Amino acid sequence: MDRRFLAIYWRDMLRYVRFRTLLLSSLVQPALWLAFFGIAMSSSFDAIGTQVPSGPGIPQVGYLTFMCAGVISMTTLFTSLFGGMSLLFDKNWGLLREVMAAPMPRSNIVLGMGLSGITKSCIQAGIILAFGLLLGVRFFDGYSPLRLAMAVGGIFAFVSVFALGFVFLSSAIAISMESPEGMQGIMTLLTMPIFFASNALYPVEAFPEALRLLSMANPLSHMVTGIRYFAIGPEFSAIGRTFVCSSTDLFVSFGALCLFSTLTFLFALHRVRVARVT
Amino acid sequence: MPEDMIRVEGLSHRFDDLVAVDDVSFHVRPGEVFSFLGPNGAGKSTVINVLTTLLPLQEGRVVIAGFDLRTEPDRVRSAIGIVFQEVTLDRDMTVTETLLFHGRLYGLPRDEVRERAEELVRLVELETKRDVLVKHLSGGMKRRLEIARGLMTRPAVLFLDEPTIGLDPQTRARMWDYLRDVNRDGTTIFLTTHYMDEADRLSDRIAIIDRGRIIAEDTPLDLKNALGRDLVYLETTDNGRARAVLEADPAVTGVREKGPAGLLVTVSEDGTRVVPRLLDALRESGVVIDGLNIKKPSMDDVFIHHTGRALRDEGAESFAAAVGRRR
Repeated sequence: MDRRFLAIYWRDMLRYVRFRTLLLSSLVQPALWLAFFGIAMSSSFDAIGTQVPSGPGIPQVGYLTFMCAGVISMTTLFTSLFGGMSLLFDKNWGLLREVMAAPMPRSNIVLGMGLSGITKSCIQAGIILAFGLLLGVRFFDGYSPLRLAMAVGGIFAFVSVFALGFVFLSSAIAISMESPEGMQGIMTLLTMPIFFASNALYPVEAFPEALRLLSMANPLSHMVTGIRYFAIGPEFSAIGRTFVCSSTDLFVSFGALCLFSTLTFLFALHRVRVARVT
Repeated sequence: MPEDMIRVEGLSHRFDDLVAVDDVSFHVRPGEVFSFLGPNGAGKSTVINVLTTLLPLQEGRVVIAGFDLRTEPDRVRSAIGIVFQEVTLDRDMTVTETLLFHGRLYGLPRDEVRERAEELVRLVELETKRDVLVKHLSGGMKRRLEIARGLMTRPAVLFLDEPTIGLDPQTRARMWDYLRDVNRDGTTIFLTTHYMDEADRLSDRIAIIDRGRIIAEDTPLDLKNALGRDLVYLETTDNGRARAVLEADPAVTGVREKGPAGLLVTVSEDGTRVVPRLLDALRESGVVIDGLNIKKPSMDDVFIHHTGRALRDEGAESFAAAVGRRR
C-alpha cells in the first residue's frame, strides 16, 4: 500500500505543533466562543425558552447545550477551510515543487492534507466538548458508558467526514490560487453563508423557504444534526421547540456529508493533477 | 548502466506564442558534469523543468537513466535529484526534518532515511545545525541542505538550476567543491548557470544556449581553443588599415572591433611568438600602436564569439528586469 501520504501528513502536523501561538489560538478561540457568545445568548434565550413546557419524556436543554454543536461545527469549518492554505504558501514559497517532482501519485497530497485536517478538527472538537461540559453544556446527560463511547465515536465520525470535505475544498482552491489575499477573500465569502444559513445557532423551520432549502443542502446543518443526535438524543426540546431526528435522518445527514467530501475530494484531486508548479 | 545518462532529441517547448526552447538536442554521459550556459531567459530553466517533469514534455524525446520521460515519468522522478533555482525549503522545519521529509516523500524505508540523512548532513558539513530551523541558516547553508536533500535518494543524476545564484564568492567556491565531491562519488550532474567561471571550472562539457537554441557544445577547453590559442587586444591610430594588415597574416583567424578604439585579434599560434611579427608588419605599414594586451580566451570570449553579445551585461539587465517585475 502506498503510504507516502503520511509524509505530507507528518509535515503538516509538524507545522501545526510548531507554531505555538497559532496552535494555542486555534484551541482557545472556540472555547471563547462558547464562553462569551454561548453564555450571553443562553441567558437571553433561556428566559424565553423556559416559558414553554416540553412534552412528557422529552428532555429539555438550555441554549448553551443547543448551540454547542454549532460551535463545534463552526470551528471544524474554519479549521478545515484554512487547512488547505499551506498548499498555497508551499506553491509560492515552499515545498510544493519538491512534492510535485516526487514519484508519487498526486492523490497522496490530497489524502495527506485530509488526514491532517481530521486530526486537527478532532483535537479541537474534543477540547470544545470538554470545555463545554465544564461550562455547563448538558451533553451525554444520563448516558451509560457504552452509549457515551458510541456517542463520542459518532461525533468524531461526523467531525471527520465534514472536516475532510472542507479541507479538500480548501486544498482545491489553494492550489488554484495565486495569492493568499485572494484565498482569504474567498474563504471569508464562504464561511459567512455556510455558518449562518444553517441550524447551528437557531432552528431553520422559521426561515423563509429559499433560505430553508439552502440550509438543508448545507453540509454544516447535517453536521450539527449529527452532533445533536449523538450528544443530546434523537428527541429534545430547546428554545421553546421540539427537535426530532430519526435514525433515517441521521443516515441521510451522514450520507450527505460523505457525498460532499467525495465530490470535494475529486475536485481537489483534479486541481492538484492539473497544477503546474515551476 | 545506460550509454547516455541523459539523451534529449528535438526538444521544443512553447509558452503560448513564445518559443522558449527550440529543437534542442544533446546527451550527457554517465559520470559527467554537463552545464547549460546562457543568459537569463535563454531557456535553461525551461529545459531543466521539462527534464525534471515539472513541465509537460511537449515535443521531442527525452531519456533519462534509461527511462523514457514520456512513458515512464515516475521512473525518471525516482532516478533524479533536483536542486531548484529558488530556495525550496520550509523555513520552519529543521535540517534533519527537511531530509527526513524528502526520504519519506520518496517512500524510502524508515531506517534507510535516518541513515542517509545522517550521512548527508556530514557530507555538506551541517552536523552542528541538525536541529536548527531552516530560517536560521545562512544562504550557503540552505544551498548545501538543498544539495543534501537532492542526494537523499541516491539519484543517478543530480539536476541543479543556477546552484550558486545569489551567493558570495567564497561560498560559491565551496559549493563547487561539494559538487565536485558529489560527482567524484559517481553522480552525474546537469547544471544550468549564467556564470562563465562556474561552467568553466565545474563542467566536463558545456552547451551554450541562447534564445532557446544550443549554439555551441564542447569541453570548456575545446570551446576556448576554437577561438584560437590567444587573444590579442590592440589600440592603434588607424584601426582600418591595421585590420587589413592583420588579416593578411596566416596565424590570424579573426579580427573584431572591441570598444571604441580597440581591435580583438584571434591567433591560432602562441601569442608570444606571433605578436612581435604582427607588430613589425603594422609598423611597416605606418600604423602606430597605442596599447596592447595578450590573453587566453575565456568563456566570456566564447560566448561573445558565438552570440555577438556579452553575457554578463545582458544577464545583469534581465536580472534587473526580473527583480523589477517581482516588486
